[in-house]
Amino acid sequence: MEAATHESGRESAYEPKIVAFCCNWCSYAGADLAGTTRLQYPPNVRIIRVMCSGRVDPAFVLKAFALGADGVIVAGCHPADCHYISGNEKTAIRGDFLNSFLEEAGIESCRFKVEWIAGSEGRKFADTVKKMVSELEKLGPIGQEAPPDE
Amino acid sequence: MTEPAPQDKTVTKDTSAEPDGGRKAPRVGVFVCDCGSNIAGVVDCGKVREAAEKLGDVVVAKENKYTCSDVGQAEIIKAIKEHGIERVVVAACSPRLHEPTFRNCIQQAGLNPYLLHMVNIREQCSWVHGHEKAKATKKALELVKMGVSKAARLEPLEAREVPVEPSSLVVGGGVAGIQAALDLANMGFKVYMVEKEPSIGGKMAMLDKTFPTGDCAICILAPKMVELSRHPNITLLSYSEVEEVKGYIGNFEVKVRKKARYVHEELCVGCGVCADACPVKVDNEFDLGFGQRKAIYVPFPQAVPLRYTIDKEHCIHFKSGKCLLCAKACANNAIDHKMKDEIVNLKVGTIIVATGYETYVPLRKGVYKYWECDNVITGLELERLLNASGPTGGHLVRPSDGKRPEKIAFIQCVGSRNKKIDRNYCSRVCCMYAIKNAQIIMEHEPNTEISVYYNDIRAFGKGFEELYHRVREEYAVEFIRGRPAKLKEDPTTKRITIRAEETLLNMITEREFDLVVLSTGLIPSEGSKSIGKTLGLTTTPDGFFAEAHPKLRPVETALDGVYVAGCAQGPKDIPDSVAQAKAAASSAAAPMFAKKVTIEPLTASVDEDLCVGCGLCVELCPYGAPELVTVEKGGTKARIIEALCHGCGTCAASCPQKAITCKQFTDEQIYSEIFAALGAEDKKGEGRKKAEAGVS
Ligand SMILES: Cc1cc2nc3c(=O)[nH]c(=O)nc-3n(C[C@H](O)[C@H](O)[C@H](O)COP(=O)(O)OP(=O)(O)OC[C@H]3O[C@@H](n4cnc5c(N)ncnc54)[C@H](O)[C@@H]3O)c2cc1C
Repeated sequence: MEAATHESGRESAYEPKIVAFCCNWCSYAGADLAGTTRLQYPPNVRIIRVMCSGRVDPAFVLKAFALGADGVIVAGCHPADCHYISGNEKTAIRGDFLNSFLEEAGIESCRFKVEWIAGSEGRKFADTVKKMVSELEKLGPIGQEAPPDE
Repeated sequence: MTEPAPQDKTVTKDTSAEPDGGRKAPRVGVFVCDCGSNIAGVVDCGKVREAAEKLGDVVVAKENKYTCSDVGQAEIIKAIKEHGIERVVVAACSPRLHEPTFRNCIQQAGLNPYLLHMVNIREQCSWVHGHEKAKATKKALELVKMGVSKAARLEPLEAREVPVEPSSLVVGGGVAGIQAALDLANMGFKVYMVEKEPSIGGKMAMLDKTFPTGDCAICILAPKMVELSRHPNITLLSYSEVEEVKGYIGNFEVKVRKKARYVHEELCVGCGVCADACPVKVDNEFDLGFGQRKAIYVPFPQAVPLRYTIDKEHCIHFKSGKCLLCAKACANNAIDHKMKDEIVNLKVGTIIVATGYETYVPLRKGVYKYWECDNVITGLELERLLNASGPTGGHLVRPSDGKRPEKIAFIQCVGSRNKKIDRNYCSRVCCMYAIKNAQIIMEHEPNTEISVYYNDIRAFGKGFEELYHRVREEYAVEFIRGRPAKLKEDPTTKRITIRAEETLLNMITEREFDLVVLSTGLIPSEGSKSIGKTLGLTTTPDGFFAEAHPKLRPVETALDGVYVAGCAQGPKDIPDSVAQAKAAASSAAAPMFAKKVTIEPLTASVDEDLCVGCGLCVELCPYGAPELVTVEKGGTKARIIEALCHGCGTCAASCPQKAITCKQFTDEQIYSEIFAALGAEDKKGEGRKKAEAGVS
């Protein structure tokens, strides 16, 4: 079977670990839609549901990296579509902060993504995961000399 | 269970205290769902169950074919009672689907409903990793581990019970909104109908006759419109728009802008003397540019309310300060050019969104030459040209010269079922409205020749297939299978040649017509987009509003207390719009009859000992839920006004002191998920079995 060879082919390879924080209303629903429509993406992602992307404390992201995550996604509703009016604006600001912080810590920018994924964008969710997995596979684990600080 | 010991309650008591943090290790039960083969076809659920059983804190793990079924739920209840389960993990579908089901279930067994955690191993595992069974199983296992770790830290919460205002807001006065408003009003509830146009009626008011039975649209709609305007329980706010909605189910505060129509509704009697006096003629939107109206107008004769409106953009007085002929003509002094917009504040318990659709606008430089050729029109324009009260009095004419068209083509699926323009869906009404209009034309002018270019004819409703056959057989309307590739206009005769591949004949043909009608599809209305933004409603990929569940909750939205009806939810015909409106009305009535609802207690709370009163939370909260108060001990502290808190958790994420807890999504709970996701040991919250090992 085609699928089986594919599976075993990937078995020994490096498997990046991704933690994705998804807001209940848009991006978690988008991830659900990816499922309902049977879009396939690599199983490397672990979704943590929050009500709003604005709930995601930057410390959560840093903790995830500190504990060995290879990539972290924070996904929320599109700008101006936030279920809680403006939670995602705060996410955007924290995202910028995290980007510059992680850069200083020597963590490649493709390891951390803030994405706006609507409840109707199952495809975007699947693509976001696919893209990050393929980038991380190329990149390999986070370098030993520059471990992230909490 | 391989190990009977954890079932023994005495053992539990021995190990209840955590080494640090003092967390009592709760007894967790895990229930893994096969969902028939939906999950078990990919994920090895037996293996997941076995692994779950070995996790710290877990005292029992079961696998079920359908955990949501009676049998599955009974199993959970039994386990709670027999094993003294204190936290329940259900590894099944999305919590967005069945969280309420399982909360109810554990409540029946005497557990607090918020001591449930759902692990999504269907939408976010088996369905998306169908080709990677081993990895999907491994992922499911890890997801369960994360879930157990969070569940062990869940705290009981008390749902808040709030009273429900026995009144409803219906947004959009098309046939769907009208029906929903009437049903609710007849049940005894107060209804506010907000319609952005000067009259209610929506698209149905523009149609000629309606498929499949041929009833005259306005003849069956107008009585309902009048009934609505006279109903003692309904307040009609026409020419109005919703500006802001605050609150939650049972208690929405709505701000409506009543646009100035420059005519006092209570004084205007709709006699039309003003319009006779008005010197300005402009295209009437209602006739889609084929007819004209004055700058003071009613859009159509049966308008409700039958009150005139001044179109400020074209009124001479607003340009030059002069004229006022209408005001002079009005015997009732109803006209007031100084009128201002008015803000109306409403309090309602439920909201029905029935903001309808618009028709697809053909591309500027597209194949169908809609913008270049006068004799290429849309289906809705044809409705106006066939309508007895339309601009031509119901006589179908060619727009280019006013002559009767002898050969007419319909082109189906314009703006529907077309991936290239990202309109993949079928608009569901175009086949039938083309067939209906072909029949109407043939009844008027039996000598007309009509051809319909189609891809598939979809005649799926009651009486539809019968109508399709009648039109083919009795009226000899020709159906040509094939999408036209090119349209060409003869510059002198203005006739249109259609070049198409006729797939049933396997031939490329060119045929000439006097008139070409594009059966344009249905797209989400601009009005839907704006109310969608105001309310924060989600849409499906086609842009129409998403229902809470595509099969089982067809009129609810993700927002409690907000319902959707008619074409705002997706393309549909009048019978379906009305049926859905009735469903939305009865769904909205349920909490209003009950007079109270319980709402999720997922709010934030402040630990006063940690709070330093910096006020950042006050600044960040979009709802004004946190406030700074002076406490007895002295100093200012933040406090959350529960009724205003929506539980987003932004304040908790920002608090520099970590003084704010977001219930059901606490820092500790989220960290525990992160730890578990990455296979790290969470020092603070070690499981029961660890503790046991330490003790024994
Ligand atoms: C050419 C054509 C022919 C058709 N023929 C038939 C037929 O023969 N038989 C049949 O069964 N169906 C037919 N249909 C389908 C029919 O038109 C729809 O099923 C029906 O009109 C849907 O009603 P609705 O109330 O959902 O939407 P609409 O009729 O679109 O009404 C929506 C209303 O909401 C208002 N609104 C929108 N946004 C806002 C806002 N933000 N605030 C306030 N108000 C707002 C609009 O002004 C409008 O009055 C036809 C459709 C077309 C295009």
